[in-house]
Amino acid sequence: MQMDNKKHNSGVPIMDAETIRRALRRIAHEIIEQNADLKSVVLAGIPLRGTEIARRLAEFIREVAKIDIDTGTIDVAMHRDDVGTRAELPMVHASKLPLPLEHRTVIIVDDVLFTGRTARAAMDAISSFGRPARIQLGALVDRGHRELPIRADYVGKNLPTATREQIQVRLQNVDNEPDAVWLFKE
Amino acid sequence: MSTNWSRKDLLGLRELSADEINFILETADAFKQVGTREIKKVPALRGKTLVNFFVEPSTRTRTSFELAAHRLSADVINISATTSSLTKGETLKDTARNLEALHADILVLRHSSAGAPQFLAQRLKSSVINAGDGAHEHPTQGLLDMYTIREKRGRIDNLHIVIVGDILFSRVARSNIFGLTKLGARVTLVGPSTLVPREFEKLGVTVSNQIDKVLPDADVVNLLRIQHERQRKEYFPGIGEYTTLFGLTKERAKSLKPDCLVMHPGPINRGVEIDSEVADGLQSVILDQVTNGLAVRMAVLYLCGGIAT
Amino acid sequence: MSAIIIRNGRVVDPTNKRDEVGDLAILDGKIADKSAIKNQKAETIDANGLIVAPGLIDMHVHLREPGFSHKETIESGACAAAAGGFTTIVCMPNTLPAADNPATIAWIKDRAAATACVNVLPTGTISKNIAGEELAPIGSLGQAGVVAITDDGHCVQNHELMRRAVEYARMVGLPVLDHCQDYNLVGNGVVHEGYWSTLLGLPGWPAAGEEAIVMRNILLAELCDHHIHCQHVSAAGSVRLIREARARGVKISGEVCPHHIALTDEAIQNFDTNYKMNPPLRSKEDVDALLEGIAGGTLSILCSDHAPHAGFEKEVEFDQAPFGIVGLETELGLFIDLLVHKHRKIDIVRLIKMYTVEPAKLLKLDAGTLSGGAPADITFIDPDLEWTVALDKFQSASRNSPFDGWKLRGRAVRTIVGGKTVWKL
Repeated sequence: MQMDNKKHNSGVPIMDAETIRRALRRIAHEIIEQNADLKSVVLAGIPLRGTEIARRLAEFIREVAKIDIDTGTIDVAMHRDDVGTRAELPMVHASKLPLPLEHRTVIIVDDVLFTGRTARAAMDAISSFGRPARIQLGALVDRGHRELPIRADYVGKNLPTATREQIQVRLQNVDNEPDAVWLFKE
Repeated sequence: MSTNWSRKDLLGLRELSADEINFILETADAFKQVGTREIKKVPALRGKTLVNFFVEPSTRTRTSFELAAHRLSADVINISATTSSLTKGETLKDTARNLEALHADILVLRHSSAGAPQFLAQRLKSSVINAGDGAHEHPTQGLLDMYTIREKRGRIDNLHIVIVGDILFSRVARSNIFGLTKLGARVTLVGPSTLVPREFEKLGVTVSNQIDKVLPDADVVNLLRIQHERQRKEYFPGIGEYTTLFGLTKERAKSLKPDCLVMHPGPINRGVEIDSEVADGLQSVILDQVTNGLAVRMAVLYLCGGIAT
Repeated sequence: MSAIIIRNGRVVDPTNKRDEVGDLAILDGKIADKSAIKNQKAETIDANGLIVAPGLIDMHVHLREPGFSHKETIESGACAAAAGGFTTIVCMPNTLPAADNPATIAWIKDRAAATACVNVLPTGTISKNIAGEELAPIGSLGQAGVVAITDDGHCVQNHELMRRAVEYARMVGLPVLDHCQDYNLVGNGVVHEGYWSTLLGLPGWPAAGEEAIVMRNILLAELCDHHIHCQHVSAAGSVRLIREARARGVKISGEVCPHHIALTDEAIQNFDTNYKMNPPLRSKEDVDALLEGIAGGTLSILCSDHAPHAGFEKEVEFDQAPFGIVGLETELGLFIDLLVHKHRKIDIVRLIKMYTVEPAKLLKLDAGTLSGGAPADITFIDPDLEWTVALDKFQSASRNSPFDGWKLRGRAVRTIVGGKTVWKL
């Protein structure tokens, strides 16, 4: 997840609202396909955009499979491994997961998968709540450049990028702008 | 998202803006959740060293800070006046510089001299957190009191908060006054005129010596601990008289509004400033204050200690 | 025979009612008539644009020797005085040992004679060891050469003892100076009791604590028919009491220190110990009363209460720090800037009077005039010179002052003691 919110006046749109919608619907189908017992799944979004994506996935799953899937929030700011080395502090949010986690599959949901450090912090956070049977990872965009051995189970779009480029996701309910994924070649 | 927080120290509430206070309370919401987890620990301050430097002794506040630091994965050292070299004549400045030489990242200081945390903050690169300086401020207590009010009543502005007791010598009272008035609450101070001088009205609060007139209109009653030490003997005649005139007895508690909160920073003197039954009663949020104190202190340590130096 | 002629200065000599542009002659360390040096080879000093005044007297200075030479010595204090434009300073007796015996007085006088570049006049204590319990040997102190007695730093609380001290001092002809502080009312107060002490939770030092002792002194001055001088007056009530008593002819007077009109208690909010003095900085109302007191003549003497402390002593928790600031090198600049230029309460002539004629009269000194034959103690003042206070350039051994960086208008530019220039800008 990118940490800054610059205005995107020099960016290239990679995905528009319709493309995003189709990608998320496909992911929802994949989740249904790969999880025999949907009631044991928790979609744990990383604030703020991850939680919005998790909410939309839950809506698709309700539409298709007629099941109300559990959702939650995992704050990773407290679990980052770089607190104190950054000039600005990350915002913290309260985490919320349905307990107990034993026997459950927790799917971490984020907007962009990049170095993998956010996903690692999320797994760290989950472990302080309990010991789920399985943890999976879903991201709207996978832009490559992993720094840790992490891979996503569900991906909306694979997008090879250069490290100095920036990916920014905008979601209507979070950013008050139309859904879009932007690429900035900085 | 990044925060706008830029202070390395928390010295008092008087210099904070309303936005900053609200921000700390919101951050405390996030940290309160950590206390409900199976593993009550996050790595946010991993590798940081926190020194509890309690020149004036305290078990409760120190324990709270210590636990907050542990939950953030910081390393904690406790120094008290008796175990420090202050008894050997070392000045406060030298003691603190020695701690800095040991790379202490955060210094939590409780001291009997007003202005001592400020003194250190000006001279050290470490974060300095005021855990109580003389009669001046006790900012984390003020914050946890406000957090508790906000949690139970949903807001702080336009509530009537009544603080009862020895206001003149109370750092808890001052921090509460600064924080609450800044967030728009209406504050009334009640106590003997010797301990609640009219001068306080210049701080934007009301002063009263008539507890029975004030209680029915209160949304929150915060009772301060009354001590009758040597220094106070000239200020009021004794515990018995204090309780008769100002104690929150069972009888007096009946005049409170049903949703009025009863608060106390602790430790309580049962039967003096508050009746035992009232302390344990339904309106009492005294234990919530303790739980919230932990969340607030985690928030403060995260914010101040997390700023890169 | 050494001769000096000072030319074209505005010679201000209130005693001799002189205020005119002209010349002043010095012969062998004494003021002389110009005609006396007609045939001499005389050094000329050009005083164009400057005021040539009798050497200024600061009658409230702590020189710290014997016993506290890490804060200041008689030598360094005298240098500070010269740099401030003072030719005579009166030093307080709270040394170690206290100046409560002739031997210590003799030591101080010898030390001053050997090392001080300005005139140093000692005071003796009122009580033995400044303990406030028994009378000091006031008669012997008078013979040893003290110019007054005071327990400054402390205050005799026992009114009966004070009464006897005043009666005794009357017998030997010594004025009594008093640091007015009622210990019970003041308690462990460190800042003015008012809005700021309430806000910050610091123990307050109520004005009533000073006023109560001023009242005590007025009653005793009347009872004993002897002069009592109230030191460093800081409170509006004290000014009022002194004014009313003087109107009735009571032998009471008061002095003011510059910090009590330059600052108010608002300055303490950062717990900077350079703003911690005794008596403390007070409210704007008190400052206004002091200004009126000076304008109306109720408060007749200006001084510094120069109180040096070493850096490590002041760099501690606020309530632990010793009281006081250095003042010799800033007082004249502050008073000219505030009283003459900013608040326009008095003119420069009256200011000079408050530093010369008035203390000389109170302490019965042969000083404060430019009369023929008087010692050539002269202060040159540029009342319009703009300068910035630079602590690191001070002559004093200590640096405890809140005025670093202040821009002031008015300064002494040359100090002559006994005909010799001991300092010039």
